[in-house]
Amino acid sequence: MSEALLEVEDLVVHYPVSRGLVGTVARRPRSTVHAVDGISFRLRPGEMVALVGESGCGKTSTAQAVMRLIDVDAGAVRFEGRDLTGVGTRGLRPLRRRLQMVYQDPYESLDPRLRVRQAVEEPLLIHRLGGTSVERERRVREALERVELSPPDLFLDRYPHELSGGQRQRVAIAAALVLEPVLLVADEPVSMLDVSVRAGVLSLLESLKRAGLAILMITHDLSTAARFADRIAVMYLGLIVEEGPAERVVRDPQHPYTRALLSVVPRRDPRERHQGTVLRGETPDAVNIPSGCRFHPRCPVAVNACRVDEPALEAKRPDHRAACLLT
Amino acid sequence: MTPLLEVEGLHVWFDLADGGELHAVQDVGLTLQPGERLGLVGESGCGKTTTALAIMGLLPPSASAAGRILLEGKDVLAGGEATIRPHRWVDIAIVFQGAMNALNPVRTIGAQIVEALELHEVVRGAAARDRAGDLLESVGIPARRAERFPHELSGGMRQRAAIAMALSCEPKVLIADEPTTALDVMVQAQILELLDGLCSDFGLALILVTHDLPVVAQLCDRGVVMYAGRIAERGTVEELYHEPHHPYTRLLFAATPDLDDLDQPIVSIPGAPPRLDRPLEGCPFRPRCDRAFERCETERPRLRGFGDGREAACHLDQLVSV
Amino acid sequence: MSSAGIMIEAPTTPAQTRRGFVLRTLRAKPAATIGLVVLMIVVLVAVLAPVIAPYGLHTQVGPVFGSPSWSHPLGLDDGGIDMVTLLMWGARISLVVGFAATVVSMAIGGTVGVLAGYFGGVVETILMRITDYFIVVPDVPLMIVVAAIWGPSLFHIVIVIGILLWTSTARVIRAQVKSVRERVYVKRARALGAGHTRIVLRHVLPQVAPLLIANTVLTVAVAIFDETALSFLGLGDPSRVSLGKVIENAFERAAISAGAWWAIVPPGAVVALIILACSLVGGALEDALNPRLRVAHLSARTFRLRPLVGRSDSAL
Repeated sequence: MSEALLEVEDLVVHYPVSRGLVGTVARRPRSTVHAVDGISFRLRPGEMVALVGESGCGKTSTAQAVMRLIDVDAGAVRFEGRDLTGVGTRGLRPLRRRLQMVYQDPYESLDPRLRVRQAVEEPLLIHRLGGTSVERERRVREALERVELSPPDLFLDRYPHELSGGQRQRVAIAAALVLEPVLLVADEPVSMLDVSVRAGVLSLLESLKRAGLAILMITHDLSTAARFADRIAVMYLGLIVEEGPAERVVRDPQHPYTRALLSVVPRRDPRERHQGTVLRGETPDAVNIPSGCRFHPRCPVAVNACRVDEPALEAKRPDHRAACLLT
Repeated sequence: MTPLLEVEGLHVWFDLADGGELHAVQDVGLTLQPGERLGLVGESGCGKTTTALAIMGLLPPSASAAGRILLEGKDVLAGGEATIRPHRWVDIAIVFQGAMNALNPVRTIGAQIVEALELHEVVRGAAARDRAGDLLESVGIPARRAERFPHELSGGMRQRAAIAMALSCEPKVLIADEPTTALDVMVQAQILELLDGLCSDFGLALILVTHDLPVVAQLCDRGVVMYAGRIAERGTVEELYHEPHHPYTRLLFAATPDLDDLDQPIVSIPGAPPRLDRPLEGCPFRPRCDRAFERCETERPRLRGFGDGREAACHLDQLVSV
Repeated sequence: MSSAGIMIEAPTTPAQTRRGFVLRTLRAKPAATIGLVVLMIVVLVAVLAPVIAPYGLHTQVGPVFGSPSWSHPLGLDDGGIDMVTLLMWGARISLVVGFAATVVSMAIGGTVGVLAGYFGGVVETILMRITDYFIVVPDVPLMIVVAAIWGPSLFHIVIVIGILLWTSTARVIRAQVKSVRERVYVKRARALGAGHTRIVLRHVLPQVAPLLIANTVLTVAVAIFDETALSFLGLGDPSRVSLGKVIENAFERAAISAGAWWAIVPPGAVVALIILACSLVGGALEDALNPRLRVAHLSARTFRLRPLVGRSDSAL
């Protein structure tokens, strides 16, 4: 069992809600958005963990906290043993090389004025790596080969608008890889790509993973997470409600929310039509958190105790945790 | 039985800035029976949204169209805007892609529904407000929320409001363009459940335009698969999944991960769709097809029927024809 | 073997290709092309004035307010100097002041706009309040006061006009910078660890440049107008002949009562022409850059119909 590359412990991220002029004058109580309310998980080298959940669950805030793009209110983010939460901007710079991010929108994540060559080279320039321009070009070509944009000559001098969405996303991944990171945070890496192209990019991530890269994937797509990730952590309203090996979570879900989500994901086979558990209403906003178990207002099997007691995330099966009083 | 909607030989061209033309929709046809749910499936750029807009007569001034659009037997495309306009919203309505973000931000949702009602002279004044309340209830929004502005509602609620607006004049056909694309899994399920219920309760015919195959498999009876502005295949959703004729249909399903089938290798289709601003030789799918042969390079396959509304445009069918 | 290697050639739309954007916009709008041509002619004449002016700038070649004749198509001014010569030299000075003042204005306004838009927060608040202060100050009285205190030299005039004009640039640039700053690729550069300088120079400024150019052209128009006004009010540099000065001289020496329209109208017309040309070009650039000004969907025109061509499955 290898050492965890990334260890998130009791992470808390809150955002204050602006009271506005009237609110400040009227001395209305400050409210906060409990984006992430104490989560813990780990990521090993060569492992892909998928953070799954609907909008407002806190997965994006978690990713940003791990990348230290936002400040953390409590908890620890240990990367290679070192807690990032206390490190200042200056100290973070060398770390940023080993920790990279790929964004959701391939049409917006590349500067339209830079050619592919320049886009992939830029990280090297920012971090003053790669010595001579010849050396840098070599590394750029290598990165393009790694993302299967081959032969690189075909792509080096192109502008983003001359490429398809899938190719743009590969360029973005190449730009992330050129610094040779050990951890990649992928925020919905394929949700804006056409279906026929998604598998290509996901397979690429899978092969990078097998070569040793650790990947934290943020997604709302359970099918993709189930197929490509090693482990899945399901988030709801700032907490992890279930976490375990991908296949176990999907085949033997332990939390009612996970079960409901899995039941309503449409299947390809029209003969597999079934009535899933369609929950009423929508995820409440993260300002007014329900008491007890956060899921209890929408839970199909909630009992009285769920309104009062907050369930802890504990093992229901070996290596498979869930936060529910009933399982 | 006369089909409710019949599209024949629809072509749409867009003028390009440099003087050329983009042939976005090429010889598309479809039929829709009352109460039927049809899925119009394809990826970005295949022409499905343009087809939907053409049916509504909502093409921009840079577009030109040819073909016939028969609404209950009458050609409404023949006179352009003049002939389509009386039917718009009253007989066919559309929920646009991203409609939830296209609601007027400075008017309450109730007022916007009332506006649609009054514009089409269905009812006015207090009667219109009552009807707006009923419509909101029928899409699962409590009537008292009519006083709310769009930004006060969640994404799912706004989508429901957009659907209510589309149903305000009791159309016979509803076109929903990517109705669940930007929504969460659970909200998507709610919207699909809503559409299912509305179709059943009101005998509404539905054209669901989407790239999401599982959604079509879940909600629709029949499907039409489009590629590069043309129809690749059509049939019932079971036929399309279990016995696809066209390689694109087969590959598209294969490229979609499925929770029930985690071990199946996921396929991606290399390359990208062809440019539609130049004439094409041969089959448009050939560069990306895994079963292409010599004939595919020179001759464009015609849409061949197999009876009962089953059609496919692929030369492979002729190799094994009985 | 790379499956991703199959290239697509996306049909490029004008909005996406930044290169040649300026040229393309001008070509699309005939009014702007005319404006540009006029501007280039005026600049050319002004630059070549010392060479092509028919007579000396200070040489009296006839009586005071001499009427137009074949040898002097626009007559003579209050000192018997050829009007055509005066216009050429005058345009030269007017344009120099206009461009110089614009440079000052763009430098200040651009910097303020970029800093305020990029850094936001306290920096933005302070800079924007300073900008507001300058907007509120009335132009002409300030110019009069400064000219009165510092003395009317060309240099001071340029500074004064520059100080007055930077505010609108600052506001426009700030808005644009703010929106560019939120783009994903900028956030990505920050996540990569890029410093502010790099981000501003490499990612923000190039996006802002077209707008800056449009704004510059429009500012030139205003600068020239301001200079003309200043000179007309007698606050211009007395040793230099700008178009405004020509009008002022004529006015002071009672050209109107002498019936010498040729001493007043032509210089005014040239100023108006330059300003119009700048406005056309700048306006066209601005329109092309502002997506909200696209109103194709409000057009009364609808889509067109074509007759069905032959069999419905014929190849195109």
